[in-house]
Amino acid sequence: MAVILDKVCYGRYMDLEQKDESSNESAILTYIWVDGSGQGLRNKMRTVEYNTKDPNVSASDDVATHLANLSLSELPIWNFDGSSTGQSAGENSDLYLKPVAVFRDPFLRDPNKLVLCDVYDHEDKSVGTNNRLSCLDAMKKAKDVEPWFGIEQEYTMLGYGGHPLGWPVNGYPGPQGPYYCGVGTGKVVGREVMEAHYKACLYAGIIISGTNAEVMPAQWEYQVGPCEGIQMGDHLWVSRFILHRVAEDFGVRITFDPKPMEGDWNGAGAHCNYSTKEMRAEGGITAIHKAIELLGKRHMTHIRMYDPHQGEDNKRRLTGRHETSSIFDFSAGVANRGASIRIPRQCGQEGKGYLEDRRPSSNCDPYSVTEIIVRTTVLGETD
Amino acid sequence: MASSNIDDMGKKAVLQNYLSLDPKDPKVQVMYVWIDGSGEGLRCKTKTYNSVPKSADELIIWNYDGSSTGQAEGKNSDMFIKPVALFNDPFRRGNNKLCMCEVYDYKMDKAETNNRKSCNEVMEQVKSSEPWFGIEQEYTLLDRDGHPYGWPRQGFPGPQGPYYCGVGSDKVYGREIVEAHYKACIYAGITIAGTNAEVMPSQWEFQVGPCVGIDIGDHLWMARFLLHRVAEDFGVIVSFDPKPIPGDWNGAGAHTNFSTLEMRQPNGLVEIEKACNRLSLRHKEHIAAYDPHQGEDNKRRLTGKHETAHIDDFSWGVANRGASIRVPRQVAADKCGYLEDRRPSSNCDPYSVTEIIIRTVVLGE
Repeated sequence: MAVILDKVCYGRYMDLEQKDESSNESAILTYIWVDGSGQGLRNKMRTVEYNTKDPNVSASDDVATHLANLSLSELPIWNFDGSSTGQSAGENSDLYLKPVAVFRDPFLRDPNKLVLCDVYDHEDKSVGTNNRLSCLDAMKKAKDVEPWFGIEQEYTMLGYGGHPLGWPVNGYPGPQGPYYCGVGTGKVVGREVMEAHYKACLYAGIIISGTNAEVMPAQWEYQVGPCEGIQMGDHLWVSRFILHRVAEDFGVRITFDPKPMEGDWNGAGAHCNYSTKEMRAEGGITAIHKAIELLGKRHMTHIRMYDPHQGEDNKRRLTGRHETSSIFDFSAGVANRGASIRIPRQCGQEGKGYLEDRRPSSNCDPYSVTEIIVRTTVLGETD
Repeated sequence: MASSNIDDMGKKAVLQNYLSLDPKDPKVQVMYVWIDGSGEGLRCKTKTYNSVPKSADELIIWNYDGSSTGQAEGKNSDMFIKPVALFNDPFRRGNNKLCMCEVYDYKMDKAETNNRKSCNEVMEQVKSSEPWFGIEQEYTLLDRDGHPYGWPRQGFPGPQGPYYCGVGSDKVYGREIVEAHYKACIYAGITIAGTNAEVMPSQWEFQVGPCVGIDIGDHLWMARFLLHRVAEDFGVIVSFDPKPIPGDWNGAGAHTNFSTLEMRQPNGLVEIEKACNRLSLRHKEHIAAYDPHQGEDNKRRLTGKHETAHIDDFSWGVANRGASIRVPRQVAADKCGYLEDRRPSSNCDPYSVTEIIIRTVVLGE
């Protein structure tokens, strides 16, 4: 049973100023990282204090402005107990959190921040599920082609007890058909969570480009992008954190499982839209086809990077039905939602644009996904 | 039902907290609204813009998965949505917008249920006649189990009589939705002219108009979208079915009031009578355009009882609510004004209705 406490009471405290009489202003930083499961998110908070009379802080700056102008290197490196998140052993449990991206905090609001972090061990090596480092390496090498990404993140809302939100207890709603992009009671459920998430992301500075209700009731999608290079992974991970956190306020659970309901119910994916400078230019369709050819030669390698269990999660979703391609086959086609890669109709007509890789699972690591796409299509890596 | 264990009041309070967030750079959420493959269902999705659009022309043509709305196959699923009318968003408020869209297939041919394209062409043609429309949209509120909202479980209220334009807890159900919808429409910029409780309990009506030409279709469809969306917030279902409860209970229509410049001028009554004569010659063609199933839906409603004319007969008369066309008493007295076509079903497509009226009355088809 979800435990929700009094929001009015909570609100009174959230309104409190973070200043004392000697002009010391505090900001709360929420450090966020990916845990040992490769899909779970963790967070903890710390205070940073600034005295606006400090000569290092310009007189006209308030703390929010000062924090907004802080470089990442000025944010403290922190640590945490990795043995409690499946990331290290008890005897040598300390792991380090290095800030890599900062966003405004839509829960505690300005001047407070959300800080996305990389995880390192005591030898300064990146830890197992920290896939950002190798992704950054690939993106640096591919800088000149200006790789852009847009990910369509699907997810399902669950009620307490784990059954999809709004579904009858011990039962099922009517078959799929009326729910996709729906409006009206009985057609969509949980819109409040989606709306709150959208606003929270915009406030935080996440590049959220749109949202819609999905084919299965209680399933939703939002899109993040276009982001260049490493930004895609950063923005998508923080948007997922924001979603879990918003849903907490409503007593709703979010799952990124790719096939939450067996049977004639759609799964959830993270279709990855991708383009390079060449693909976006006139005649770019040639570059798109070249990329597809390269992708076709490494299908199973990509599948292994497209969910946190080397393809085992996606097996339940990529069946060839419910607008997916089969996990064993590679195919591509214009406007074809049953293919591995779809070229949007508009791109087919204009002869340039982008491609949509429909294979990644909703619980994929966007760093792994964007990294392998770049390594295969730009850096020419092969099996 | 699997729920979140936070009551509705709590949910609204939590959401309000997020809706008041202000992003640093101006961001505008534009919700695209379109008609799906059923010809009566509405779909929507949202896109972020970096500046405030002033008209629908500034918005880009977007696309969606037509295989999920009964409009395309999976192998060739992209359908295009083209914004045609812009409204303010009464739910997200601020600079956020709603836009009504036309649907096209991958060849940029109009989708089967895109009846706006040909309607717009006709309205352009007859611009000089200044055609005005006002539609009286009736609808029924249902509870989640499909029974009319407020009716006793597995039972019926007392017979019709006290409910029309009623007041009181035993006379009307769901007034909050009606009031909220009225305000939302005004905010959005929809020409909503009025509202009243209807003859059957839990049945209501609102009127959109007077609108010129293509505007009536745009405004009525967006008003229907707002109604579904408002009712979502209250946990109530809106039905546009023309005969939701069989038996001695009124059906629901979309009476269409219509006039041309000539009809509104002194002695325009002559034009009104001419129009009625033309309409009498094409009764079957109009019936086929007055609901999304070529008249099959209206068969259940146009019985000749409950203030309707029988679907097989055409008639017209002053102040006659049992006729196909009613000429209001005031119009007969003033010798000019408008006519009321009482045949369209509540779930009609206003683009189809207004188009065929123009074709018959103005273009003389």
